[in-house]
Amino acid sequence: MRYMDTKDFIARLVAVPGVSGYEEEIARLISEAFKPYCQEVRTDNFFNVYGRKTDGHSENMPKVMIAAHMDEIGLMVTDIDEKGFIKFTNIGGVDPRILLGQEVEIHGKEKLFGVIGAKPPHLQQVRDTRKAVKMEDMTIDVGLPADRVREQVNVGDTITFVSPLVELKGGMISAKSLDDRAGVAVLLETMKELDELRFCADVYFVATVQEEVGVRGAVISTYQLTPDIGVAIDVTHGDMPDAPRDETFAMNKGPVISVGPNMHLCLTQKLIDTAKEYGIAHMIEVEPGPTGTDARAIQISRWGVPTVLIGLPLRYMHTTVETLNLDNVKQAARLLARFIASLKEDWNQWLSY
Amino acid sequence: MAELLKQLTEIGGVSGDEGRVRRLIEKEISPFVDDVYTDRIGNLIAYKKGKNSSKKIMLCAHMDEVGLIISAIQEDGTLKFRTVGGIDPRILVSKRVLIGENVCPGVLGIKAIHLQEAEERQNAVRVKQMYIDIGALSREEAGQAVRLGDYAVFDSKYVEFGDNKVKAKALDDRAGCAILIELMKQEYDNDIYACFSVQEEVGLRGAEVLGYSINPDIAIIVEGTTCSDVPDVEQHLYSTEMGKGPAITIMDATSYASKELVDAFVKTAQKEGIPFQFKKGATGGNDAGRIHLAREGIKTATVSVPCRYIHSPSSVMDLNDYNNTIRLLSTFLKGCGL
Repeated sequence: MRYMDTKDFIARLVAVPGVSGYEEEIARLISEAFKPYCQEVRTDNFFNVYGRKTDGHSENMPKVMIAAHMDEIGLMVTDIDEKGFIKFTNIGGVDPRILLGQEVEIHGKEKLFGVIGAKPPHLQQVRDTRKAVKMEDMTIDVGLPADRVREQVNVGDTITFVSPLVELKGGMISAKSLDDRAGVAVLLETMKELDELRFCADVYFVATVQEEVGVRGAVISTYQLTPDIGVAIDVTHGDMPDAPRDETFAMNKGPVISVGPNMHLCLTQKLIDTAKEYGIAHMIEVEPGPTGTDARAIQISRWGVPTVLIGLPLRYMHTTVETLNLDNVKQAARLLARFIASLKEDWNQWLSY
Repeated sequence: MAELLKQLTEIGGVSGDEGRVRRLIEKEISPFVDDVYTDRIGNLIAYKKGKNSSKKIMLCAHMDEVGLIISAIQEDGTLKFRTVGGIDPRILVSKRVLIGENVCPGVLGIKAIHLQEAEERQNAVRVKQMYIDIGALSREEAGQAVRLGDYAVFDSKYVEFGDNKVKAKALDDRAGCAILIELMKQEYDNDIYACFSVQEEVGLRGAEVLGYSINPDIAIIVEGTTCSDVPDVEQHLYSTEMGKGPAITIMDATSYASKELVDAFVKTAQKEGIPFQFKKGATGGNDAGRIHLAREGIKTATVSVPCRYIHSPSSVMDLNDYNNTIRLLSTFLKGCGL
């Protein structure tokens, strides 16, 4: 399947479930999307998807791994009560306060639609509404009697939110799971950009699993690939009225390049220089320790991998209305493709510092 | 039938902005009635002449729904708002809304869990802390899409699911509106005034005018009412239960139902074998609160479809309850010897 339009691809990506540890279905979609742009696409035992794209012929050409995670946060069934209401817990970080009144899909024997019930104001005391409802006090209503729920749903089934992509003003889009399906879209856009450029590298695009529960997909995929250079693409916090400015990034000033111990000094400088050379707007994020991204695992795989990290500013991370600027996806891809094209045969000399 | 409910629930009509709902109802109901008109404050009245016109019966469902109204456009392009009608602020977090006549999409975000202190998560977010993001990054940009006073509704589609269930926003009271339209497709002995009121959610204001102007012999309110047969509510506090048929009100916070009418509904249901229940719990109120006090006082009753999670983007109704409510009301209207 050839996805020409970035927004359409992201809309498709966010519509397919893939809670951490349950990525088989989203992996299939991503494999099919990679195929028209790669020489080789494969999936491993954990459903990490690898798309290989190579150009140039040199014994010295670098093997580059570019990773974005395809898993998403979600919920999991813990119990079915005597009336058929479903109790649940979270997979990955979920603020319970986003849950009331939310539409969900339960991935049991079949996909089952449901809503997380919210008690109407008529039945509440005003003082009750000042406290956040705890996740253990919420239930999902699938509109079926208990025996029929039990036929279709088992404890341990995953649950995803229903929140299709919506276009906002100024090229912004909003949906669930843009963290990090937007990163996966950067992978595809980078492939398209590379088709227009000459480069000398063996590039592996990896859609990783289980990032949200401890960057596990990156651990095994980096080990399998043994790359010379690693790139992680993930989301970072966009500016929001209710968050401190110094911890967030403007939505309209390009992608974010991270600096700090998790990121390789020279390689990061190369990335920044590339952005400057091609006039690609970008911002710098300071990360004082291991980041909460695939870069954390990539950097310390086997004998170590020089790694860089590119972030897309995202508002309301881990909610059903994650919001980002579509143009940043395209700019990140432009930057990455030119970065890859800038890697010459001497890459392993300037890389040591 | 499903198509009518879908259209009625997906359209926006917050209290004070019921025009779109009214135009849709007018279009749907006109073929089945003798006259349709809109009064000075926006109530829609559809009149159907009876075969012998001995009595004047008023049916009433409200067109408006709870929602938001835009109260400020901020420097950074985000919008501040106030709630219109009873909304638990906690259900607003991480939801999508549609704003104004141009149906501009917006989202109500919350800063990421990663940026919160643990104790912040114990407290509900207040409306004052919230804002709507429409993607605009400046006041000027936002001002091109949204005006102060624009209303916003939940972006929530009509979905059929489970065992004959539907999920939609505004089932309170578009379910009642749809039922009135369905009822007008049949013939009755008495004169019927099917009334669609405005501003129920902000204090039963449309009904005040309707009660006075129609001045019926009897009035029947048709509602989508609270249904609380859900975990976290003790059984003796259930107001109604889903799947157990239309709910007949005995009293609520704003009125007593006419004993005579309640008995007539019970007899009708029993005779026809239509399941019914009494609405337990006397909290809340509806248009009956104003109509029963109009002029010299009007015999009034309320028949409701139980709806779970009303006043949220995802309310749920059982289609069997909906159909049984239509059956009960049409049988009552036909055999109405009051």
